[in-house]
Amino acid sequence: MDPIERFKEVYEKRHEYAKDWKVKTGRKVVAYFCTYVPEEILYAAGVLPVRILGGHEPPHLAAPHMFDMWCPFSRDCLSQGLQGKYNYADGVMIAQSCLHPRQAFGAWQIHIPHEWDYFLCMPNAVRSPRAKPFLRGELAEFKKSVEEWLGKAITDKDLDQAIEVYNTNRYLMKQVYELRKLDNPPITGAEAMTMVVTSQLMDKREHNELLQQLVKELPNRKLDRETGIRLMIVGSEDDDHTFLEMVEKLNSTFVIEDHCTGSRYFWNEVISEKDRLQAIANRYCDRVPCPSKDWGPDDPSRLRFPHILNLAKEYKVQGAIVIQQKFCDPHEIDIPSLREFLEKNGIPTHFLEFEVTVPVGQFRIRVEAFLEQIRAEELFV
Amino acid sequence: MAETKYQTAGLKVWRKAKEIREKYYKDYAGAHDGRALRWGGGAWSFDAVPQALEGEIYPLTEEPYGASIGANPVFQVRCQEAAEGKGYARDLCAYMRGYWGSIIRDQYAFGGKWPKPDFIFQNHICCSHAKWLQVASELEGGIPYFCFDVGAGPYNKIGERQINYVVEQLYDGIEFLEKTTGRKIVDEKLIQNVYNTYISNSLWSKSCELNQNIPAPLDEKSMYSLYVLGTLQKSSKEVADFYKELYEETKERVANKIAAVGNEQCRIIGDSQPPWAFLRVLRYMEKYGVVSLGSLYTFSLIGWWRIDGKGNLVPYKTLEEQGIKIKDRDHALRLLTEGELKGKLMWAPFYGASLKNELVTKIASQWKIDAAMIHVNRGCEGTAQHQMEMKLALAKAGFPVMTYEGNMADEREFDEARTLRLMDLFLTETMGLKKLEW
Repeated sequence: MDPIERFKEVYEKRHEYAKDWKVKTGRKVVAYFCTYVPEEILYAAGVLPVRILGGHEPPHLAAPHMFDMWCPFSRDCLSQGLQGKYNYADGVMIAQSCLHPRQAFGAWQIHIPHEWDYFLCMPNAVRSPRAKPFLRGELAEFKKSVEEWLGKAITDKDLDQAIEVYNTNRYLMKQVYELRKLDNPPITGAEAMTMVVTSQLMDKREHNELLQQLVKELPNRKLDRETGIRLMIVGSEDDDHTFLEMVEKLNSTFVIEDHCTGSRYFWNEVISEKDRLQAIANRYCDRVPCPSKDWGPDDPSRLRFPHILNLAKEYKVQGAIVIQQKFCDPHEIDIPSLREFLEKNGIPTHFLEFEVTVPVGQFRIRVEAFLEQIRAEELFV
Repeated sequence: MAETKYQTAGLKVWRKAKEIREKYYKDYAGAHDGRALRWGGGAWSFDAVPQALEGEIYPLTEEPYGASIGANPVFQVRCQEAAEGKGYARDLCAYMRGYWGSIIRDQYAFGGKWPKPDFIFQNHICCSHAKWLQVASELEGGIPYFCFDVGAGPYNKIGERQINYVVEQLYDGIEFLEKTTGRKIVDEKLIQNVYNTYISNSLWSKSCELNQNIPAPLDEKSMYSLYVLGTLQKSSKEVADFYKELYEETKERVANKIAAVGNEQCRIIGDSQPPWAFLRVLRYMEKYGVVSLGSLYTFSLIGWWRIDGKGNLVPYKTLEEQGIKIKDRDHALRLLTEGELKGKLMWAPFYGASLKNELVTKIASQWKIDAAMIHVNRGCEGTAQHQMEMKLALAKAGFPVMTYEGNMADEREFDEARTLRLMDLFLTETMGLKKLEW
């Protein structure tokens, strides 16, 4: 099967995929909030980690549990859980990140049946020299909890294999991303997003097989479309295909992004060392940070900004769409400075606020105007 | 004045509380008149550490400053709009927007120009803490900045590893402070600051504990003006002495059955900060004989507590009461960290709704409440965590609960008339009370 079609199918039928996986393997599934969860340890235990995503529908069931100041994505995730969509999940966990998903996690622990749950104290000060040893200790406790739950030890060999599978996944997705630098990328932004998001939903070994096939096939793939304006998209959690597909019908292509459903998820690999848990801890502290963790202990500058600018340059970006989930504080705080930074560096930006459902018509008009601005010289000279 | 069920009297320490607060903001602004330094941080920033630097040094803690802006409806809106004009979203922390607006407008809430801090010494547990002063530093064109992480786990999971994590960061902080200011940390000062911190936090908790009595000696509206000193500078002798005095007076009020609300007939708890520009809504409920006794927020924003063998919340003891003599710098930093991580139960909700529910239902039972009236606060995510779960937990435990939505420091998000109407309905229809005063 065509890998991209398979990614789309899994994305659409993600719950069926996880249920089938359980039947096929007889193993457990853990639903998780936030990509700071060290999936490698769960995978080493034979567990399938599945990221909890919203359903892009009004989160009505969440209302008695989270009032509407909390981000719509988190409320949507909880609402999906309360609807029973994740009833196949044997466990649920979160890594300390922003406060919004923590509200959904807290309600989930109380109201949605599960065997095991875990709050992992991921350090906030990831750039502090104290963070990595602290996280190593947290990972040791986490590993112990998983072992006690499953009644089996996670060996170094298990960890090595999991790290290998995860690093391969990251490496292969980066290979695909290399092709997005081409003048005519053989994969659209919406397709690339589906690829990354399904990596958060599927058994990584199976995902890797599809990626290997994709890496082979992509160089010969010809898309029946113009690349048009090369865009990047930056901001909060985003798996809103409707929006990406709409924009990509306007003679433009998302060639790169900085999202936790995109490059931010897989950009950094685990660098092997004898102490496997320390190696994993190092990776999660050193990864491209979520804005909530993008500050230094004695240096307020953000590491994410130069990284985004580098991406923009490498991928020959002509404009950036900066989005945030409504009420997403970490991004809201960074966005004015980020826009100023990008614009000073010659990258025009356009800002949009997302809800669980997006007003496609209104956004279309706004994006069209932004694209016209970028093409102003070509259009009006 | 009509006769009331209990005797009432104003607090004797009231004037002193106001004076200390006023002096605090003046001292900070005027620091550069002499050779004193100014530092910016948060209400939870372990002030004992920077206050141990040689010479004179004055803090400005961001949240109480944001609340001061919030209590001034005109200045508040000007500051919010200034921040929004720079592109900051209207739903961000209202204190933070007010603080940034004060910088952008170059106006100090207590008169004059914005007094720029010489350095930042901040802690981080809520999403906004580190980011707040990251942006402040940016708006000011760069201020030396240090921020440490206290998100090490909930009070019931704190061990040596978690304490080490924070203490090691504090050592990094000391290095930063000495390098940035050219001044040394004086261990004698640090040790005394830690003793004082324990006194402030413990005696505030003990004063709050006395509100378990009927009638309650303190009402929450007054308590806001009392706990604030601990958010300004809990490590100072002046503040520690104030809490000693407050505790003695509160005990005296209990002994003499002096009530905060003369017609006390209904005891409630709240949650999160109130809408500061509309504190009169708390006075309004007193017309029904309702006394708001406090909340997890009011009790433990500075107060330190522990859970005793019977599962009850009890105040932390001072170091003198525990018979602990601080030996050296390391001992001081460890004791300070242990108190904050284990005793500050206000941090528990950061790790889950169940933790908050458990604490709030203990409070409900120990403080003998009849109901809860929760300010669903759009202005502060940190304190508004799990509010709806808390509502469900209290209701499950048999307590009637009313919620009213607002914002602690953005009056554009508070509908006073609607809130009063909701209160009338709740107190008459659900609680069966009648207005005793008009």
